[in-house]
Amino acid sequence: MTPAGSLLAAHDLRKAYGSTPALDGASFSVHPGEVVAVLGPSGSGKSTLLHCLAGIVVPDSGTLTYAGRDLSGMSDAERSSLRRGDFGFVFQFGQLVPELTCLENVALPLRLNGVKRKQAARTALEWLERLEVDDTAAKRPGEVSGGQGQRVAVARALVASPKVVFADEPTGALDSLNGERVMELLTESARSAGTAVVLVTHEARVAAYSDRDIVVRDGRVRDPEFAV
Amino acid sequence: MSIGHTLLGLLESGPRHGYDLKRTFDEKFGHDRPLHYGQVYATMSRLLKNGLVEVDGVESDGGPERKRYAITDAGITDVGAWLSRPEKPEPYLQSTLYAKVVLALLTGRSASGLLDAQRSEHLRLMRVLTDRKRKGDLADQLICDYALFHLEADLRWLELTGARLDQLAEVIAP
Repeated sequence: MTPAGSLLAAHDLRKAYGSTPALDGASFSVHPGEVVAVLGPSGSGKSTLLHCLAGIVVPDSGTLTYAGRDLSGMSDAERSSLRRGDFGFVFQFGQLVPELTCLENVALPLRLNGVKRKQAARTALEWLERLEVDDTAAKRPGEVSGGQGQRVAVARALVASPKVVFADEPTGALDSLNGERVMELLTESARSAGTAVVLVTHEARVAAYSDRDIVVRDGRVRDPEFAV
Repeated sequence: MSIGHTLLGLLESGPRHGYDLKRTFDEKFGHDRPLHYGQVYATMSRLLKNGLVEVDGVESDGGPERKRYAITDAGITDVGAWLSRPEKPEPYLQSTLYAKVVLALLTGRSASGLLDAQRSEHLRLMRVLTDRKRKGDLADQLICDYALFHLEADLRWLELTGARLDQLAEVIAP
């Protein structure tokens, strides 16, 4: 069962690590250009849900549909290609390659998709400007502040015009002022590009940047879109 | 908010008519709840009677008479004392939400459903405020932030209470 018009939908997902259930019948959907917050206490299964939706973790059972295609039937290579081409990621920290400059980090998804070096650098710089961190272009991640690093990560997540950005506690390591600016820039950029955002957070102030929210508790997810 | 002290404070920068005072108050503090003219004039009469303001002039310009008010030395002292006096922190000990949760448990209704509905309502308002903050100036941002932090505190309480419902049901069982 897939809600009409949804871009990415999950139905009755189950995933256990050993004997511990992380997801216990989760249903979820996101429409193109929509920002959905996934809320819930620590250990509730929020991140596992995000990892399943993004094809990083394979659920034990349940259905996953992306743009009308059954994700669970895809091979590893197909899922990797989807992650590279259609999905973007922002995590709490540690996501930038420390040996590369911030510009090279942002250009990386384009380079992996076969874009020529000069064109990739030009587009990457535009995104750094948009995220107000073009002054970090020549610096390495270790030389910039946490807030700047997260904006670089947002630029990298959006640079290849993904259809969905998965953001897992993207402001978790930032003070509230920097966190709010990152959320403003992430949601504004995604909305103007028509990119959907799946935003995992335990902070209500961060969730308030979304269009709607769902709550995960004890591995169970309720999405009113699935309510009959 | 003490409207009297706020209007007095606005008068410190120079004499104003009642209409000017209302307009400035509404611009700076009355976004959702503008002052009624009646409130302004009743407050000014009280301040006048207490010697905190005086009538600086009366103009008519062919229409009805308009009084211009000026703050007195006693008024300036009063504003100073108000600004330096800390506000009493709200104890928040008479919570309607808590009472609703207890009654839901006592009457066998769904307390977690009640908490979920409240959470959803809080988040809805937080979205409205976040949107207003995004489009507004610094004053708007600070006013909305004040409300957002309080709503967030409520949400944390809702979450914590949700995790303790079983415990609470045992404690309040008749």
